[in-house]
Amino acid sequence: MDTSTKNVSLEDLQKIVGEEHAREATEEDVVDGVAPSFVAEPGSTEEISELMKLASEEGLVAAPRGSGTKMDLGNPPRDLDLIVSTARMNEIIEHTPGDQVVRTQAGLKLQDLQEQLASADQMLGIDPPETRAGATVGGIVAANSSGPRRYSYGTVRDLIIGITVVLPDGTIAKAGGKVVKNVAGYDLSKLFTGSLGTLGVIATCNFRLHPKPEAARTVAVELGDTLSAGQAAQAIVHAQLVPSAVELHWSEEQKLLSILIEGIPPGVEAQAETASYLLKGFGEVRTLSDEEVEDLGPLDPPGVGDEEVAIQVSAPPAELTGVLDSVLGATERRGVTPRITGHAGVGTTYVALSGGDEEARVQVVEELREIWVRRGGSVVVRKAPPSTKSRLEAWGPVGDYLGLLRRVKDKFDPGGNLNPGRFVGGI
Amino acid sequence: MEREQLIRTMESILGTEGVVHEREQLRSYECDGLMNYRVVPDLVVLPESAEHVQQIIRVCYEEGIPFVARGSGTGLSGGALPVQSGVLIVLSRMRKILEVDIPNQRIVVEPGVINIWVSQEVADEGYYYAPDPASQVVSSIGGNLAENSGGVHCLKYGFTTNHVMGAEVVLADGSVVHIGGGKAPDAPGYELLGAFVGSEGTLGIATKITLRLLRVPEAVRTLLAAFEDTEEAGGAVSGIIGGGIVPAAIEMMDALCIEAVETAVHPGFPQAGAILIVELDGPEAEVADQFDRVIKVCEENNASEIKVAEDDAERALFWKGRKAAFAAMGRIANDYYVQDAVVPRTELGAVLKRISELGEEYGMRIANVFHAGDGNLHPLVLYDNDNPGEAEQAEELAADIVFACLDHGGSLTGEHGIGVDKKKFMPKMFTDDDMNTMQLLRCAFDPHGLCNPGKIFPTPRLCGERPGPFHMHPIQRAGLAENF
Repeated sequence: MDTSTKNVSLEDLQKIVGEEHAREATEEDVVDGVAPSFVAEPGSTEEISELMKLASEEGLVAAPRGSGTKMDLGNPPRDLDLIVSTARMNEIIEHTPGDQVVRTQAGLKLQDLQEQLASADQMLGIDPPETRAGATVGGIVAANSSGPRRYSYGTVRDLIIGITVVLPDGTIAKAGGKVVKNVAGYDLSKLFTGSLGTLGVIATCNFRLHPKPEAARTVAVELGDTLSAGQAAQAIVHAQLVPSAVELHWSEEQKLLSILIEGIPPGVEAQAETASYLLKGFGEVRTLSDEEVEDLGPLDPPGVGDEEVAIQVSAPPAELTGVLDSVLGATERRGVTPRITGHAGVGTTYVALSGGDEEARVQVVEELREIWVRRGGSVVVRKAPPSTKSRLEAWGPVGDYLGLLRRVKDKFDPGGNLNPGRFVGGI
Repeated sequence: MEREQLIRTMESILGTEGVVHEREQLRSYECDGLMNYRVVPDLVVLPESAEHVQQIIRVCYEEGIPFVARGSGTGLSGGALPVQSGVLIVLSRMRKILEVDIPNQRIVVEPGVINIWVSQEVADEGYYYAPDPASQVVSSIGGNLAENSGGVHCLKYGFTTNHVMGAEVVLADGSVVHIGGGKAPDAPGYELLGAFVGSEGTLGIATKITLRLLRVPEAVRTLLAAFEDTEEAGGAVSGIIGGGIVPAAIEMMDALCIEAVETAVHPGFPQAGAILIVELDGPEAEVADQFDRVIKVCEENNASEIKVAEDDAERALFWKGRKAAFAAMGRIANDYYVQDAVVPRTELGAVLKRISELGEEYGMRIANVFHAGDGNLHPLVLYDNDNPGEAEQAEELAADIVFACLDHGGSLTGEHGIGVDKKKFMPKMFTDDDMNTMQLLRCAFDPHGLCNPGKIFPTPRLCGERPGPFHMHPIQRAGLAENF
């Protein structure tokens, strides 16, 4: 893809971000087997803009990076010269507790943000598993990462209210604002959510916040089979309960559906009682201790092992039993071992595939795609060794909107300078 | 294409009953809920299906004719204002509820379906559709989608954008795309649906919409609290929110507004400088406890009276009073100008003070009704159209109120949209770079600028497309746009 002469030296980058903030890339910076030349850590939105201007003028291919917890997501990049790291942009810009709004720089780690907000009894209502690994708010927005609480708070696309981005040509643009209710102009915050660094570099984000719950309890039921898993989840989501999360944990060792209930103490108590009552018919019900909850995860996402292939199956939530049956069937027939967790109330199921050979794991993914894409869902490969990735497209087939996705990409990044190849349809 | 030929072409698609072309009949479509802008469309078409919409748009595309979609026409920013020499596509005959899927908590509807029908359709199952704009008995889901409508309960439950899960959209070239997962979450690709909702009809026409249904809460409790002035009522709002409670709704009305509403619909509101309507919903035990906390906060902020709705009928009466606020202004003034702007909640006091000062400076009365929980103000500037110059003065005052909100870190609009009404103010909130970047999205969806042109952006941009079916853009020809 080297179509232009890339006459950029380390000194050129250092001139923009300062000598100590640009360096030659190392083994650690390789993305899915593709090695960049440089890493630059801009300290401001303006510095990102200068870097992007230089990159597009010189034909450098850039990839934004926060803490790098999700660099495995998507297809291998077609090309990569420069990593633009937001690591130094880690400040809270503004937090007015009375407004329940926070403005942050993109490189701020979510766990640092949550810690700050906790002192005002507030929180950002997202809990993606890579938080513990140091994921940044910008990275979470770029990947639209979510966790168990999306059942009640939605995903980050529902909580982001404003954004500043830097386009590949260096243009600094903002959208939204710092008020929760706002319909002025297009909602580019949502467009950039989940765009995986292919449209621009996210520089700052504004979010709406929620009060931190005073109390929490997790009630879980031991499941006997896939049918009871689906039925138990349906019993909870159709009740007048308002759980924060409805989670499935399914492996050889244990099969549980856990219900996280948060709020004020009397409310939590009453709801936990109702949940236990509703779940009794499906198996043994108990309240989990904090340690058990911690161990269950999903803070330890499937797919951490190097040999594993991690996939996300998205399907209508009422089809949970069908999803489990399809996964168990496809893996058993090929001698592959699945480890399953999922946001059962939402319809997302994460499966880590280990054992069997690569061919078997690829076939499992293909079979699941065949089933769930036809039924309106998707099967996305979230993590896989490079050899598996070369055989499996990460995102799977998408519908009639692929052409529109391409046109959006072409408008925002006409030179193809940002993260080429990693996104849907080779975008 | 000559107008006569266009009429015949549209009639061949829709039948004669689906095409309106008589001057007199066209006039009834010349404006939406914002009546100070009027344009008589060249032609009105009334499709009955997505296929009709697609065929209509194909004709428009091939002939380079701009088109505007209209639902029930209740919008308050002129989003459905027709364009001259354009076609108005009225979706009010597409009113079918296509599918109810309770297990997945979804409903699929056509765009002309009225907001309240959705909740009515699933009420027996114990479900409802959360976004409830004051216009919900007449406004359409398609219009709600275009405007990203809010409502009194969006403080807790979010806006239309948080409840639309999928849409079938006919793009400006007549192609059809299905965006958003619908029933399954996390469809791969850009968040096109999130960008589409609230785009004010400028990116395409939704012909099928999948909405999220919520379970009816176990308990709902509503109170009305009276205060000496808006400052004390504002103190109570801060106390409630600051205490970690997320009410389903907190609405505030000032003395002038109370007077008008009381005259119009007799909801039994107390005479006061300000009243709050606070509603909590959720599990019984939680609501009961938090309701006591809310009462305590109101008392601490010197509430002169607190009325708790004893039953559904009394709750309905409180809400009837609130939702009638705009219309009730007719009882105390001949004319009024509705403003819609947002400030950060902590700036409410300062902005209300500024609004009252502006009223004095202009010598005009301003009634305030607003969604206090999210800082969304609806000042109503009262005037008399029979007095020369007053209408212009009211508009000027309303603009100054919006500027005051921007000065305090707010937004031009919380729910009514930019439309034609506020596009001239966009540069006060956004830079040229911001707006040009937004228009890149438009160029991806509608490179020829045929879909609801002239809305949102003060300076429409063309997209630098190679000359295709069009050698000269109609907007460009009219000197209304420059090349991007």
